[in-house]
Amino acid sequence: MRKHMKPRFYLTLVVALVLCLAMLAGCGDKGAKKTDSTESAAPAEKETEKADDKQAEKSDDAAPIKLGGIGPISGPAAVYGIAVKNGASIAVDEINALGGMQFELKFEDDEHDAEKSVNAYNSLKDWGMQILVGTVTTGPCLDVAAESYNDRIFTLTPSASSPEVIKGKDNVYQMCFSDLNQGIASAQYIEEKKLATKVAIIYNNADAYSTGIYEKFISEAEVRDLEVVSTTTFTDDTANDFSVQLTEAQNAGADLVFLPIYYQPSSLILAQAKEMGYEPTFFGVDGMDGILTLENFDTKLAEGVMLLTPFVADATDDLTVAFVEKYDELYGEVPNQFAADGYDSVYAIYEALKDSDVTAETSASDLCDLLIGIFSGDDFEFNGLTGDNMTWSETGEVAKSPKGMIIENGVYVGMD
Amino acid sequence: MTFLSYLISGISLGSIYAIIALGYTMVYGIAKMLNFAHGDVIMVGGYMSFIAMINFGWPPLLSVLFAILVCTVLGILIEQLAYKPLRSAPPLAVLITAIGVSYFLQNAALLIFSANPKSYSSIIPFDSLRLFNGQLIISGTTIVTIIACIVIIWTLNTIVNKTKIGKAMRAVSEDKEAAQLMGISVNKTISVTFAIGSALAAVAGVLLCSAYPILMPTTGAMPGIKAFTAAVFGGIGSIPGAFLGGILLGIIEILGKAYVSTQLSDAIVFAVLIIILLVKPTGLLGKKTLVKV
Repeated sequence: MRKHMKPRFYLTLVVALVLCLAMLAGCGDKGAKKTDSTESAAPAEKETEKADDKQAEKSDDAAPIKLGGIGPISGPAAVYGIAVKNGASIAVDEINALGGMQFELKFEDDEHDAEKSVNAYNSLKDWGMQILVGTVTTGPCLDVAAESYNDRIFTLTPSASSPEVIKGKDNVYQMCFSDLNQGIASAQYIEEKKLATKVAIIYNNADAYSTGIYEKFISEAEVRDLEVVSTTTFTDDTANDFSVQLTEAQNAGADLVFLPIYYQPSSLILAQAKEMGYEPTFFGVDGMDGILTLENFDTKLAEGVMLLTPFVADATDDLTVAFVEKYDELYGEVPNQFAADGYDSVYAIYEALKDSDVTAETSASDLCDLLIGIFSGDDFEFNGLTGDNMTWSETGEVAKSPKGMIIENGVYVGMD
Repeated sequence: MTFLSYLISGISLGSIYAIIALGYTMVYGIAKMLNFAHGDVIMVGGYMSFIAMINFGWPPLLSVLFAILVCTVLGILIEQLAYKPLRSAPPLAVLITAIGVSYFLQNAALLIFSANPKSYSSIIPFDSLRLFNGQLIISGTTIVTIIACIVIIWTLNTIVNKTKIGKAMRAVSEDKEAAQLMGISVNKTISVTFAIGSALAAVAGVLLCSAYPILMPTTGAMPGIKAFTAAVFGGIGSIPGAFLGGILLGIIEILGKAYVSTQLSDAIVFAVLIIILLVKPTGLLGKKTLVKV
């Protein structure tokens, strides 16, 4: 008898466990929604009150305006989130040291996952976030931007580059180039600098970011008579063997391989090209940034890799030198462009607000309307690490010019 | 010449699939369960050899042995803790448990090693082989992978067919209850099977990461699924079947990419699988078993 009971007992146990989990998940969901709609205001007010009390006792400095940040601090895209967080923290500290308007930054991890990103957004809202600096990556940003549009919270994403992020949302602005611009600018740069006669492209056709850049690149290349001799793809599931793609590029005689992809597959492509003895120029976009910080990566493989990015760490202007020095002192690394984007995002908000009379009590939606007016206005120009005289269109897209970089002896060097 | 180089890439990729598929097929053949955590044991093997090599500074061969040791112990542990209590449970419960173990391993790795990818240094010190005036280049990793695969298949076949424990395995595979009545310890046999399967996973992990040098907590997941496909393709439960299935899958994947479309390579692989299974439901070398009612 016992023998017959056993399997049924375990099955019951499993089913019971699954049910328990389902219930828990359900509860979490409901809980989140509840705080979302009704209770978010209460704790926020309390927090502000508390902060007010403290401020009143301590000094006559204004209570800080609450900036929320969201990005991957862990997970495969952590390089980007950590850089943005560090860059933004430096900006906040600098601004607070100036006196006058004060900022407080709270940065939440989303592991580059849309659902976790929305959760992070909700918890920031409970905290009393007035402006959102985020999110860092495109996929999660699409979901979070939809939420912030409904909630009327001004959103400036440092690095989510898809045009979809800002499309149809008047409150969402970008600090980085859109994917469209990256594709066009890359083709332009390669043709103008005469970097190649024959170009091969390897892109990830399962990724909106990669495909978006590819499409613009190819149409711009056509206009500019840049000869594209080989176009091959991969997906996240087949991102291990690139021998076919590289052999095709080699047989077609490509002297430049354009890689509008992230740095993880890029590192495999570089290693496999070396094994094959194929040595073209590799040209990447901002997703390539981060390859040098990959643990145990042989930086010799990346020697001569070019990428187009708005920020060059070895530039000699005062702003960049000071930033790079401070970043190195605090985090022991050379900042990449994501760090610069994070830094610029906070400063752009500061520049926009510094002459206004906003305080910690100004509601998020009032701030949102005010910032939309300023950013889309004709006379707002911003000079930052990632470009001079940046302006924004009403759609939220930024206008600035990119810089070419090349990796030499394991560090980025500006090409111009 | 290009065709030849594609073919060699395919065999190399296929060899890795074959080694992983062996783990699936052995466990299925003997314990009649799909061990979906197998792909993640591969990832553990990769990390262990990485740590031994980079953090401890051990020589490559010792690092591989370390990875094999850790994975073998891990395999036995998983079997004892997660699968053994479910020996007489319905197959579905065991399957769900296996998926649970897979997630557990992935998330444990996420916690311990963080999700930042690591760049793996190949353990193979040979340079690429250049043939026909450099027209055909075969990397050292490819050569070692193919040789390792052949050696492993031969060894396994010998173990299963020539040794006493092999005889026990075949007996358990044929009829668990009858084997027990004959005085064979079913539990011990299944434990040994898991140990061998996990040791193979460690070797596969090292070879996989040497060929495609990026290491993440999810590294083993996709190759694991592809290798499972290979095992079904060749006839799950059959050792030569796993070898044949793995190699063919690798070749089809690479040639499909090269001559049909890089976008459709996976679709081609799975379309071939469906066709084979329609024609021969037990896989290429699978045995047809008559179920007596």
